[in-house]
Amino acid sequence: MGEHVIKLPDVGEGVAEAELVEWMIDIGANVREDQVLAAVMTDKATVEIPSPVEGKVIWQGGKVGEILSVGSPLIRLEVDGPGNVKPGEAPETAKDEAPEAAKSPAPKETKATPAEEKPAPKPAVQADKPKTNDRKTNGALPLAAVPRDEGEKPLASPAVRKRAADAGVDLRRVPGTGPAGRISHEDLDAFIASDGEDSLARGRGLARNTAVTEVPVIGLRRKIAQQMEAANARIVPITYVDEVDMTALEDLRKQLNETRAEGRPKLTILPFLMRAMVKAISEQPHLNAIYDDEAGVVHQHGGVHIGVAAQTPNGLMVPVVRHAEARDIWDCAEEVGRLSGAARDGKCSRDELSGSTITITSLGALGGIVTTPVINHPEVAIVGVNKMQTLPRWNGSEFLPRKIMNLSSSFDHRVIDGWDAAVFVQRIKTLLENPAMIFIEA
Amino acid sequence: MVRQMQDISCKVLVIGAGPGGYIAAIRAGQLGLDCVIVEGAYYGGTCLNVGCIPSKAIIHAADEFEKAMHFAGDSAIGVKAGKPEIDFSKTVAWKDGIVKRLTGGVSGLLKKNKVRAITGWATFVDGKTVDVKGGDEDCRIRAENIIIATGSAPVELPFLPFGGNVISSTEALDLPAPPKKLAVIGAGYIGLELGIAFAKMGSKVTVVEALDKILPLYDNELTRPVEKKLKSLGVDVRLGARAKGASDKDLEIETADGKAETIKADKILVTVGRAPKTEGWGRENLVLDMDGRFIKIDDKCETSMRGVYAIGDVTGEPMLAHRAMAQGEMVAEIIAGQNRNWDKRAIPAVCFTDPEVVSVGLAPEEARSSGYDVKTQVFPFSANGRAMSMEAEDGFIRIVARADNHLVLGVQAAGRGVSELSTAFGLAIEMGATLEDIAGTIHAHPTLGESFQEAALRTLGHALHI
Repeated sequence: MGEHVIKLPDVGEGVAEAELVEWMIDIGANVREDQVLAAVMTDKATVEIPSPVEGKVIWQGGKVGEILSVGSPLIRLEVDGPGNVKPGEAPETAKDEAPEAAKSPAPKETKATPAEEKPAPKPAVQADKPKTNDRKTNGALPLAAVPRDEGEKPLASPAVRKRAADAGVDLRRVPGTGPAGRISHEDLDAFIASDGEDSLARGRGLARNTAVTEVPVIGLRRKIAQQMEAANARIVPITYVDEVDMTALEDLRKQLNETRAEGRPKLTILPFLMRAMVKAISEQPHLNAIYDDEAGVVHQHGGVHIGVAAQTPNGLMVPVVRHAEARDIWDCAEEVGRLSGAARDGKCSRDELSGSTITITSLGALGGIVTTPVINHPEVAIVGVNKMQTLPRWNGSEFLPRKIMNLSSSFDHRVIDGWDAAVFVQRIKTLLENPAMIFIEA
Repeated sequence: MVRQMQDISCKVLVIGAGPGGYIAAIRAGQLGLDCVIVEGAYYGGTCLNVGCIPSKAIIHAADEFEKAMHFAGDSAIGVKAGKPEIDFSKTVAWKDGIVKRLTGGVSGLLKKNKVRAITGWATFVDGKTVDVKGGDEDCRIRAENIIIATGSAPVELPFLPFGGNVISSTEALDLPAPPKKLAVIGAGYIGLELGIAFAKMGSKVTVVEALDKILPLYDNELTRPVEKKLKSLGVDVRLGARAKGASDKDLEIETADGKAETIKADKILVTVGRAPKTEGWGRENLVLDMDGRFIKIDDKCETSMRGVYAIGDVTGEPMLAHRAMAQGEMVAEIIAGQNRNWDKRAIPAVCFTDPEVVSVGLAPEEARSSGYDVKTQVFPFSANGRAMSMEAEDGFIRIVARADNHLVLGVQAAGRGVSELSTAFGLAIEMGATLEDIAGTIHAHPTLGESFQEAALRTLGHALHI
């Protein structure tokens, strides 16, 4: 039989104390593992404290309404096995001392004697108290770092001790993995290599990786960095997200792909989106623009040059489908296919990588449910495509499986108001949900 | 006439050239520290001159004589020799030769390491200044760091002051002949070592001990083989008896049951302990905190005064040369700026009695009272082939280990020649060996040391030869 003390855990960032609002168990009660013991309230939330072990409650750390500091003993359990409290450390009485005990950690046993002239180390427990044995006595020696009792001299050969002293390492802080917790040269090496950080993971096959590799930011990466920096430094973005029911469009796309003529490219969602954007832009031409913020002029373009952000082996590239307004859906598909192939092969010309007036970004299956696309400076709008998934949607009388996809779009709020942004996205949504409208001239 | 005193300045001043002092000085010299050592009587201190070394020489002579006596009788091994004689004055001269060689060696080592040795008696003026008088030349030494290594001296009984027939261990080592009747007061290791040696050389020895056992610092299991030998040597051991006084060749004692008795003795050897030498070197001019009768030191052997260190017998028990040496080495390194503290796990203790008794680390009872759950077993030399082959079957090796993780806490032994095994015992404990480590080390056959391995195996529950 041992004693297990549960301390008030860190219940939230920056929280030093918490109010005890409810005891879920009384003294004498048996608790199971994970059973809630008490509820404490911080200025942020009420937190329930579960029991990490099974045992019988023998002491409570305070009354309801008391403020407990984080780390103070909350409850003591009598458990099978050794527990985590040394005999002699536990206060004998409970209730009367509770407020005092609740505010400070349990008093530590004073050392038996500070004199070190004895032929061998003395443990820090009183002579007449039996030592708690955390380890089994069946002769099997533990391989992982062995915990050392408070005040116990670290076990190490004189050579290790000297090396530690020379390196300014306090061996009491070094975990020993040898028999009986002996600290080996390797343990000391590991401790020094970890910069004196507690290498708790040692002996469990897990090691800290403290390597830092320097990767120079050059080439395309630097270009991307500069572009992103400019975007972030200048643009004040607003991001608007709405979901689009793609079921009808997907049916249409499937049909078109199945019946497409020889030599025509397979249609993805992109050409439909591009055509929908062309349509929406015809009603809101100020979204298809280049904002020269130094001159204070917005250049609205008649031509819709759509940049399509693509991940290539060299990094992010944005090849441009020029004059999408003059391309039909097959044309758009063909051009997207050609450009993305060229981008992958690193064969895009400078012209093909510049001159966009609006951009689409899509990560396909990796698209997530929401993104905050960064506007391709100096453009004023970017449309982000999230992943499509089949989800239940209520049609007024029943749930139906629908193919749902979110569009996450960002706009430069300096020149585009939120209302304009919303109208634009809603227009695209309507067009995509009713794909016939994409093809019908107004 | 006022003589102009020479002024010397140095980094390290060591007072006393016993084992602690001279080691500190040598190590300081090795580390390039400007070091001066002051010694009033003899280089090598008690240990080399009137302690460890000369007593071992006398004990060896006594053992050889006993062996020869054995051969003069009906020896089981078939060796037969004539009745031996001992010319004790020659023994003493031989012993003196050894001492001379060793003390000369110390002086040579000091010189080799550029330590300036000054003969004379040191007296503190203050924590940084010492006057030396009574030697070749008086001088005043100013030192950044001072190491007090003044040692200890035999304790005198007030009613039996040293002088005449009442002698200390120092005089016992320089007797012209073994006394016909020798009374030894105090059955500690010094009294028994010398008492047994003289008994072997023909003295009729009576040992008077106030406590109810011999070698009071050791448990009964360890002292039993010595008791047996004392009996076979015809040594009269009076336990629980107190010396009351002496007149010429009569020692008055009070026996355990309170009766007064007179013991005839040509010499009365008083070995009731040693006292630290804390007087006679100007301690009154310092402000040193004391720890009982000893100088109080911390885990760096520093006293309560900054830059004043103390090592050896003057700092406490156990008063053993090897403790002083380890302290001396450590202090020199600390003064040289190294990060050291007293981190030793064990200080071996050896009684050169017959048989010898060794204890390193904790005995079973000490370990238990320190709160350890203990596993302990004995392996007797009667089950060891080598012991049989050298007629040394008395004794055993005993291991004390923690029950939970088998860490060896202590090793004790009694038996012929076990003093040499203290090296293995000490190494095991200092390295943090477990029972499995000792059991898993191949011990050469046939040696007494195999019993160490067997004791570990037996503690683990599977000894092979018993």
